[in-house]
Amino acid sequence: MRIKLEKRPEPSRLMLVVTPIASVLATMLIGIIVFDAIGVKGLQAVIDIFLTPLLASYKWQDVAVKAAPLIIIALGLSLGNRAQVWNIGAEGQYIIGALCAAGVGIAAGDAGGAPVMIAMIIAGIIGGTLWAAVPAFLRTRFNVNEILSTLMFTYVALQVLGYLVGGPWKDPNGRNFPATAPLSPDQTLPILFPGTTIHLGVAIAVILPFVFWLIMSRSVFGFQIRVVGSAPQAARHGGFDAKQTIWVTLLIGGAMAGLAGSLEFAGALKTVNLGFPSGYGFTAIIVSFLGRLHPIGCLLAGIVLAVTYVGGQVAQTTVHIPNSTAGIFQAMMLFFILASDILVRYRVRIVPSHKAAAVPAAGE
Amino acid sequence: MSLDFIIAAIITVVGLTTPILLAGLGELVVEKSGVLNLGVEGMMLMGAISGFGVTVMTFNPWIGILGAAAGGALSSMLFAVLVLQLNSNQVATGLALTIFGTGLSSLLGLSFVGRIVMPFGSIFPDFLARDPILKVIFGYSPIVYFALIMVPVVAWFLKSTRAGLILRAVGENDHSAHSIGYSVIGVRYAAIAFGGAMAGIGGAYFSMVITPMWAEKMTAGRGWIALALVVFAGWRTGRLLVGAYFFGILMALELYAKAAGFSFLPSQFWAAMPYLMTVVALAVISARKNAGGSAPACLGKPFLPST
Repeated sequence: MRIKLEKRPEPSRLMLVVTPIASVLATMLIGIIVFDAIGVKGLQAVIDIFLTPLLASYKWQDVAVKAAPLIIIALGLSLGNRAQVWNIGAEGQYIIGALCAAGVGIAAGDAGGAPVMIAMIIAGIIGGTLWAAVPAFLRTRFNVNEILSTLMFTYVALQVLGYLVGGPWKDPNGRNFPATAPLSPDQTLPILFPGTTIHLGVAIAVILPFVFWLIMSRSVFGFQIRVVGSAPQAARHGGFDAKQTIWVTLLIGGAMAGLAGSLEFAGALKTVNLGFPSGYGFTAIIVSFLGRLHPIGCLLAGIVLAVTYVGGQVAQTTVHIPNSTAGIFQAMMLFFILASDILVRYRVRIVPSHKAAAVPAAGE
Repeated sequence: MSLDFIIAAIITVVGLTTPILLAGLGELVVEKSGVLNLGVEGMMLMGAISGFGVTVMTFNPWIGILGAAAGGALSSMLFAVLVLQLNSNQVATGLALTIFGTGLSSLLGLSFVGRIVMPFGSIFPDFLARDPILKVIFGYSPIVYFALIMVPVVAWFLKSTRAGLILRAVGENDHSAHSIGYSVIGVRYAAIAFGGAMAGIGGAYFSMVITPMWAEKMTAGRGWIALALVVFAGWRTGRLLVGAYFFGILMALELYAKAAGFSFLPSQFWAAMPYLMTVVALAVISARKNAGGSAPACLGKPFLPST
């Protein structure tokens, strides 16, 4: 027996939708087996990580608040991933976005209200964009690999964060704890449903995917990104500038990460401390792939990944596995979705071997 | 600056350089075969916990280091199956390996928190290893000498052996190599396993030598520096060694900034230095095409013989 791959004339739409769902299910199944094998209650761990957050209604708001930054960052990254421009430094852009928003908050002093909040959000977007602009410049001008430069800038951002919250921006009333002073209530984003933690950023995370979807499917710009990603040579032939694509995708990626950082700061955490870097920038890469680089896919995948975050905390107390275990499940989902990619582009045929395997197939 | 200070500084630099040199040498071979594995950080962490775990259980660091190599190589096979057999995207799969290795190492490490390991004994007579001056040559962990020996070994392998020639041919032109009967997939499996083993040993240097204990994410981004190192070196072994020491010195600056009177800038500036300089170095290297050496032609591309 031999497995043979036949290229499909067009990517399978069915597989595009089925494989992400199958990846999540396969992750749960393998999780049960592997965790049982290493002496953890596998079934209980999987139930707690994937289902408890959905079954307990009071966990829904946690899921929504955690999903928001993941969705927003993943939307930006999907554009780059489509065009094979790899921004893996969204975490750094997210941190800088939050710091810029915090800078506006500190500068505003006692002033509050909508103008200050809007200024914070815009500052966050600008900060994230500028942090991504450096790798974009280095890539287009000096051909510096953006995978490495965006990541190096994440480590630099961590040091900027450490310096600011431990030095100039340290809360004087904070008992020497390295953190910015918490935002006053009229500087924090409005809560959408009284009595919950669901802030304006969650609404933005729900609306943005539809905006992205419209732009991607209806505009010349969206078309350009899709062509550059799927057929770079055809794109060059059609006069699409590769440098322009690098600039645009990296800047939008940075802008979205910066936006997510400012919303997380002004909506959820209200302070920036050394614990602010949460790994959202890295997890968003998984969201983007699990969502098949599609805006609405990102919305759904962001919710799935947020569930595993919240579920990871549940499992920490119920089956006593470290919080980082959620990371194993997240990586497994990414492995499965990447492995199943082949089903989208190829038809898998099992041919009986004997001597038939030696005969070249038609079209070879 | 006293002699003591200089000797201490050299020992620090050698220590900081060793893990990135090991992981960098491994990744160099992987990339020469035409595969880009971004999972170095994850493989290092898997090596760090396997080396530590095996040493704790066997009371023997030599078996421990074999465990580290096996841990790194085994985790790299996850990546290999996906990219070689299923033609998955190498960039994304490498990232997945890093996320996976980070998570799995902290889960496996849970039962080892607070334990300490048997240190390596010196491989030289005590009077040489303890001598206040000669220790600058003889006073290191065996892993340091292993890393240094591997530099000429890898260079010789790639340049002068038949196997090395085949490996480079696979990386430069996989279809030609395939058509004259070499197994592209087989060569790449071997290269990825070697890269995993080297990253694993590099990671174990953190948990078995630098601080003989286990902590989550203790490789602290060194795997990424190792990746940058390969680009910086222009895929050449000799320059990889030079580059590794250049980064080792930069990393030591953070530790010595205060002592050397560099406290006019905040410590975070010195901590960010290796990362900033990596970017600057990459810009200089990448901008000069001739001096930069060139990436293997098939780097990062999937190999599909039948289409």
